[in-house]
Amino acid sequence: MGIDVRLNNKLICSHCGNDCDGSISAYDSSFCCNGCKVVYGLLNEKGFCDYYKFNDRPGLTIRSNISQSKYDYLDQEDIKQKLTLFKNNEQSHVRLYLPQMHCSSCIYLLENFHILNNAVISSRVDFVRKEIFIAYDHRNISLSGLVAELASIGYEPHISLSGNDEDAYKKADRTKIYKLGIAGFCFSNIMMMSLPQYFAGDIEIEKPITLALRYGMFALSLPVVFYSGFEFFSSSWNSLKEKYLNIDVPIALAIAITFIRSVYEVFWGTGEGYFDSLAGIIFFMLVGRLLQDNVSKSLSFDRDFKSFFPIAVRQKIDGGIVVKPIEKVEAEDVLVIRQDELVPVDGILSKGKAYIDYSFVTGESLPAEIGIGEMIYSGGKQTGEKIELIAVKSVSQSYLTNLWNKNTFKDKSGSRSYIDIFSKYFTVILFVLAGIVATYWILQGRPEILWSALTSMFIIACPCALLLTATFTYGRLIRMYSANGMYVRHHNVVETMSKIDYLVFDKTGTLTNHHLNGLDYQGNELEEWEKGILHSLADESSHPLSRAIASFYNKVTPLPVESYKNYPGKGIEGWYENHHLKFGSARFLGIIERENTFSDSVVYFSVDGTLRGKFNIKNTYREGVVEMLALLKKKFKLAILSGDHEGEKEYLDGLIGVENKSLFTQNPQQKYDFIVSLQQKGHKVMMIGDGLNDAGALKQSDVGIAISDAVNNFTPAADGILDGKRLTNLPKLMKLAHAGRYIIYFTFLVSILYNVVGLLFAVQGKLYPVVAAILMPASSLTIIFLTFTMSGLIGRKLKLND
Amino acid sequence: MSVLVGLLVISMIISGGFLIAFLWSSKNGQFEDQFSSANRILFEEKIKTKNKN
Repeated sequence: MGIDVRLNNKLICSHCGNDCDGSISAYDSSFCCNGCKVVYGLLNEKGFCDYYKFNDRPGLTIRSNISQSKYDYLDQEDIKQKLTLFKNNEQSHVRLYLPQMHCSSCIYLLENFHILNNAVISSRVDFVRKEIFIAYDHRNISLSGLVAELASIGYEPHISLSGNDEDAYKKADRTKIYKLGIAGFCFSNIMMMSLPQYFAGDIEIEKPITLALRYGMFALSLPVVFYSGFEFFSSSWNSLKEKYLNIDVPIALAIAITFIRSVYEVFWGTGEGYFDSLAGIIFFMLVGRLLQDNVSKSLSFDRDFKSFFPIAVRQKIDGGIVVKPIEKVEAEDVLVIRQDELVPVDGILSKGKAYIDYSFVTGESLPAEIGIGEMIYSGGKQTGEKIELIAVKSVSQSYLTNLWNKNTFKDKSGSRSYIDIFSKYFTVILFVLAGIVATYWILQGRPEILWSALTSMFIIACPCALLLTATFTYGRLIRMYSANGMYVRHHNVVETMSKIDYLVFDKTGTLTNHHLNGLDYQGNELEEWEKGILHSLADESSHPLSRAIASFYNKVTPLPVESYKNYPGKGIEGWYENHHLKFGSARFLGIIERENTFSDSVVYFSVDGTLRGKFNIKNTYREGVVEMLALLKKKFKLAILSGDHEGEKEYLDGLIGVENKSLFTQNPQQKYDFIVSLQQKGHKVMMIGDGLNDAGALKQSDVGIAISDAVNNFTPAADGILDGKRLTNLPKLMKLAHAGRYIIYFTFLVSILYNVVGLLFAVQGKLYPVVAAILMPASSLTIIFLTFTMSGLIGRKLKLND
Repeated sequence: MSVLVGLLVISMIISGGFLIAFLWSSKNGQFEDQFSSANRILFEEKIKTKNKN
């Protein structure tokens, strides 16, 4: 196994498929980083190379070295207990969430985990939920060791103590399937029993057989009405209690009347009833609902701040370090935060150099340097070395927690859709019509037809068709959205999307890529030796800008500097062959900035006091963003909100046009207020953002979409999650939502035609069971066929994946 | 015509069997994760036995 892998003549890492320069190689293969090499070596040694056969480049890039001590909080007894599902003398069982799981190779590797580590007894993957169940021998490996082992092969579990109610979800899911299965079974058997009576023609069926068939149908209809169809009754009861009519009220009414009339006919011997239509309708409606509710199970739309935080922190007490659960942290505790760890509470830096990346909270892309004695707010991520800080508040009172709790999530699923509005009118019209029919038959002097005509009317006028058009269309659209990288939490989101007229974008991380992607050098052409010096000087500092410069010149051989001096937060100076080199902020170099640039994203470089040039940190825009904004601008009002400085205002204003707004240096509260002000003007607002800084705005907007580069990563609570790479699909997705509405209108018109035909029979009191049995399934099937083909056609026209 | 009743009874028994099988399998979670089971059967098990000793 081995041999360099090349793609389009570019050398790529044999493990994860990233580009690599060939400098790291082993086992006849090349790797992009040492992490990948180690994992490859490990798998190679244990004979796991099949991992690389099932999929192209399945590996996960190993970003940082993982030390077991990172997880030592897991050996705290109370934390361990909360995570362990089962424990006896020999083994423990845990279930862990591995968001990185993405292909069949992952299943292969993870289910053979017991071969990589002998202390593991068995493991089983639930791919849909991205979970692994592990039984391990706790005498040979600790929980922290197990987690570190998983992390070392690239599957770092996300551990959170909040939200362990998924068993309830599973149960609710299963109940839906049981209901559907039973309804399907009863429906098909009732059909079997009613067919002989419809097609007997002149042949006389003996009385006992007729009776047996009728009682059989009655018996089979009981579970359909009282078990499978129960939710229609309970939901309409709830809506009546809240004094409004939802779609389930007329449906429950129709089901009840159909059932009562059928029971009457069977037991008084006047006919065979409408059991087949009844069961069929319930079955189709349940199928529609299941289809619509089937949103991806591994995604969580309701994350609170707790799921972003570590569950424990290291506290320094009397020189020693103890692990403390996060909720027990109090003011004045001294906490140790290591590289890449999140700061969980507001605190004052007491030791070490802090480069805090607040992009998660504010959207500002550059890490902030914080000096000793200064305040660090929760939600920041330490990017440099280990630091110590003194907590000033408990977690529940910290900045981030307050930010989160400020706006409680409105339950948007409860908003009234036009289906509910329609059903109100529908019910009223139905009762008026019933009144007219009743008066007519009484005036005609034939009250015996009255009862039959009225019940038939309710049977036929059941608005199931409307429910079916909506559920099947949205079910289909939700699936098409998922295939195109957008996951919505509820079908109502699709409906609301069709009414949106104002789009608000966050800039950093939404329109731009999340990381500092590139540098741009302006100035005199640098000589090779200058680049070499820059490389080695930049290597000496851990400041993110220095790191960016070092990686910019990583192809250049670094030259040894004679001596250098690092001024944290300002720059570096160094000496090389009688030259004095300096690079850093404008102030450090004594330059007065002429242009309106911002010193924190520009690095100047000078040799012997003369300025050579400057490096601009670029926020690179996602591919296709320019075209996307140009398309959207035609249909919607746009706004861009950014926590960043105004550096790119002009450029962005050019993109979105003069009639639209772009606002900079916005804090989370201002973003939220902006959305509120738009809504007060009557706009329907869709917010597209990514970080926690957008959380309030996402919650407040009519539709909040969180952008995520790895869909299973952690996004703020939102109505939908959109894959960052597919952001440019947005115009198409909006069009699709719009088209969905017209599909529903059209199919509903078609179903009304069926209803009118049925009503013509019904008002005369001549709705024979065979007519109902043909009309009702026929209308359901027509609707299903129409919604599916129409959405499919529109999807194809928009060139969306299916 | 009484043959009809016989046929219906038989068909009910057979389809009832399928209904029970369906409920049973969904209770065991067979419809929850279709991806891993579908792939699992394709993996070779030979490494497992080799390393078990």
